[in-house]
Amino acid sequence: MNHEGTDMKCVCGEQSCGLCCTRIENLGVRIGNETILKDINLHVHCGEFTAIIGPNGAGKSTLLKAILGEVRHTGHLKFMRSIGIRKERPVIGYVPQNLNLDPTSPTSVLDLYAVCRSRSPVWFHIPDSVKQKARECLSRAKADHLLYKRLGALSGGELQRVLLSLALDPVPELLLLDEPVSGIDQNGLEMFYNLLSDIRKNYDLSIIMVSHDLDLVVRHADRLVLLNGTVLANGTPQEVMESESFKKVFMGIW
Amino acid sequence: MAMELWYNLVDLLPFEWAVPGKMLFMKNALLAVLLLAPIFGMLGTMIVNRQMAFFSDALGHGAFTGIVIGGLAGFMQPLWSAIAFSIVFSVGISVVHHKTRMSSDTIIGVFSSIAVAAGIFLATAGGKSFARLNSYLVGSILSITPSEIAVIAIILVVVLLYWLLFFNRLLFASINQVLARSRGVHTFWLETMFSAAIAVLVTVSMSWIGLLVINSFLVLPAAAARNIARNQRQYHMIAISISLLSGVSGIIVSYYTETASGATIVLITAATFLATLFMRRRRA
Repeated sequence: MNHEGTDMKCVCGEQSCGLCCTRIENLGVRIGNETILKDINLHVHCGEFTAIIGPNGAGKSTLLKAILGEVRHTGHLKFMRSIGIRKERPVIGYVPQNLNLDPTSPTSVLDLYAVCRSRSPVWFHIPDSVKQKARECLSRAKADHLLYKRLGALSGGELQRVLLSLALDPVPELLLLDEPVSGIDQNGLEMFYNLLSDIRKNYDLSIIMVSHDLDLVVRHADRLVLLNGTVLANGTPQEVMESESFKKVFMGIW
Repeated sequence: MAMELWYNLVDLLPFEWAVPGKMLFMKNALLAVLLLAPIFGMLGTMIVNRQMAFFSDALGHGAFTGIVIGGLAGFMQPLWSAIAFSIVFSVGISVVHHKTRMSSDTIIGVFSSIAVAAGIFLATAGGKSFARLNSYLVGSILSITPSEIAVIAIILVVVLLYWLLFFNRLLFASINQVLARSRGVHTFWLETMFSAAIAVLVTVSMSWIGLLVINSFLVLPAAAARNIARNQRQYHMIAISISLLSGVSGIIVSYYTETASGATIVLITAATFLATLFMRRRRA
C-alpha cells in the first residue's frame, strides 16, 4: 500500500501509453439521504487488473457508475498521464452486469454490435462490411460463432463474452466490468478470467472489475479492493486476504 | 391526380365495389390504410421492445382529452390542440417517471385516469351529450378525405426518415441505458422524442381507427412478429407485413360484414398473433 503519496508521477510500461493511472480522491456518493460511498481513495495503474470485492450492497456497482460519470459524486476523479493530469476523459469500455431485455426479444448479437458501432439502421440493412467487423470484434472474446444468435438465447457466459468484445471495440484505456452475481457456470467463469488475462497482456489498458468469485479473483487480479461503503482494504490479493476487515466481512463464506 | 391513378388501379380488383367512379370512400380508405399500416407496424416494434404498451394506451386517452379541450375552445379543427395536449401529456409522464422513480405503470395509470375523467367531465359540462364524441371512440376510416390521405403520406415520409436516423440509438438505449450513455447516446431526449412521436401518431389517427382499438393496432403486429422473428430486420419486415395485410383485409371484410373497420382490422391482427403464437418454436 505504497500509493498514498501525492507524487503525480506514475510509472508507465510503454511510452505510448496515454493514460497512466486513474486516481480516485475522496470520492463519495449520496442518493437521496442515503450515503452509498464515502472517502474512497484509490489508484488504478495502467496495465493492472484491479478487482473490487465486498458484500451485497457495498456500493461496488455504484463505484463503477461514478467512474462512468453516471451518478453524481463528490471528490475527484483524475486521469493521469505519465506527467501531469490530462483534461479529456479516457476511452472507457463498460461491460454491464446484464441487459434490460426480455428473453424473447428478436435482437441478434449482430444487431447489438451494429447499433453500438454503426449508423446503418439495423431494421433496414446491415452492410457486409459491418458484419465483417462484427465478426472480428467478437473473435477477440472467442464469440464470433454467436453472430446471428439472439441475445435472449445466449448463456450467461456467452453474453458476458459478447459484451466484453463490444467493450474492447474501440480498444479502451480503462475497462470497467460489472460481473453478474450468478448465471455463469464454472467453466464459463474460468474461460472469462483467462480471456481477461490475455487481454491485459495484449492491450495497454487498466481493468477495474466488480467481482463475486473470490477464488478466481485471487488467482487473476493484481490488486484487490475490499469495499463496503468505503475502502476497507486495498493491496495485493495476499495482503487483502490477510487483513482483519477481510476476515470480518467474509467470515464463514470463504 | 395521384388519387385518379389510385382509383384506376383499385378498379382492376375483382370486387363489386371496385367499379369506376363509385364507392370512392372504400378506395380512399384502402389507400389510407396502406400508408398508415407501415407507420403503425414500424413504431409498434419499439413500443413492444420497450414494454410501453400501457404507455401508448394512455397516450390515446390524453389525445381524447385534447380533442375535447380543442372543441371547447372553439377551434374549427380540434386536432391541433389535441396534438399539443398529447405531446405535453406524454412528456409529462416521462418527466414524472424520470424524477420520482415511481413504477411506470402506477404513473401511467394515474395520468391515464385523470385524462379520461377530465375529458368526459369537460365534454358533458353544462348538460351536453357525449354522443357527438362517439366517432372518436369507434373511429371511421371510411370518412377519410384525399387531403387527409396527403397528411398521412407526409407523416409516413417523416416517420421513415426518423426511423432511419434514430432507430439504432433508440434500440441501444432500450437494451441497456448505462451502456448506451457510456457510448454517447443521449437517452433521455431520445426517449422523450419517441414518446412525443407516438403521441402525435395516436392523436392524428384516432378519428380513423378509434380510441378504443388504436393501441391494439400499434402493439399487435409487433407482438405477433416477435413470436417468429430472430433479428430486428425480420421483426420489422414481419410486423409491417402483418400490419399491411390485416389493414387491407380488415377494410375489405368490414364492407361485407358491415362492421366498424378499426375493430375489424384489430380482430384480424389478433388472429395473426394467435397463429404466430402456435408457430413459435424454440428459436436459436
